[in-house]
Amino acid sequence: MERNLTLIALFAALIAALGLIPAFTLAFGVPITAQSLGVMLCGTILGAKRGALAVLLFVLLVAMGLPLLAGGRGGLGVFASPTVGFLIGFPIGAFVTGLMVEKLRIGSLGVTSALAAAVGGILVVYAFGVVGMAVALDKTIPEATLLIVSFIPGDLIKAILAGVVTAALYKARPNSVLSRA
Amino acid sequence: MISLTSPIKTRAHGWRAGPKLLALCVATMVLFSQNSLAFHAIVFVVVMGLYTLPGLTFLRFGTRRLRGLWPFVTVVLIWHFVTDDTIAGAVISLRLLSAVALANLVTLTTKLSDMTDVVRFLTTPLRRFGLQTLFLELGVALVVRFTPVLTHKGAQLSDAWRARSHKRPKWHVLVPFAVLVIDDAEYVADAIKARGGLER
Repeated sequence: MERNLTLIALFAALIAALGLIPAFTLAFGVPITAQSLGVMLCGTILGAKRGALAVLLFVLLVAMGLPLLAGGRGGLGVFASPTVGFLIGFPIGAFVTGLMVEKLRIGSLGVTSALAAAVGGILVVYAFGVVGMAVALDKTIPEATLLIVSFIPGDLIKAILAGVVTAALYKARPNSVLSRA
Repeated sequence: MISLTSPIKTRAHGWRAGPKLLALCVATMVLFSQNSLAFHAIVFVVVMGLYTLPGLTFLRFGTRRLRGLWPFVTVVLIWHFVTDDTIAGAVISLRLLSAVALANLVTLTTKLSDMTDVVRFLTTPLRRFGLQTLFLELGVALVVRFTPVLTHKGAQLSDAWRARSHKRPKWHVLVPFAVLVIDDAEYVADAIKARGGLER
């Protein structure tokens, strides 16, 4: 019980920390700013339920007015802005990611995690993101999709990274990857 | 951990958080139900007027928080200029700016503790069903405490990487970072258990 709570809370803090540390730069110079990698890692490492709760806690704190999003953004204004869909999609994306890692067995854990992160962290999150943007900017779904499609390559790199990190963590400490414990 | 609450005290700081949030919900719904340019222009002026009431520093602080919207506003305005519907573009942009500015206004004038009270109130039904919301409250406190701790530790990992390599720290730092987070979670869980645990 205690361990579940602290893991959920500290992974929520991890998502926030990933948005605050500018020093992490991916290959090709893509900075991890959108924190979507943290969301993916919550799913791949903590599993569906705990992962979704960690992300939900993070989103709740953003709504309560803590500047936890990349660039020090936060507060209720974020929920009125065009990117609101992504925030709502994050917990569901983490849940889907975690569920896929728990149930699917395709190749190694790394491959499964990367695939799960791509489906949960990109497909699911973007589905919500597109709808949010369409509502806030009064655009049709295809038009809104056009506006955000350029961010997908960066997120694909993050999905692959989520797979690599999860696999490395599993190799070093199998018990820490709760989605497979 | 610094919250986004404005250090400049306004009269709205004293108002209760619940009604403020309710008013914000109603205002946002009204904003999205109207499509006239005149209405949105007036609303935007009124919202900016609200920001001016506590003084120019507050207005500057508030407008700075709207800066993230400029890419969207620019895209929408260009889009509607090209499709020959400039008025609709102006309506969408003004509505977006007003909605976000109003929401920010609530955040700026509400203390974190007041927001926590609202969350506590909203979770009352859960307590009726026997769910312990103590977890939620402790979870919130842990995130607030550990975000700066983890940020600091992450920066230390990056520094350690730089001390050993002439290259910039990349994703390799993420694995030890994840291990560190899991270890910290274990320590804190043990500490909570040692103090009587969460079972009541």
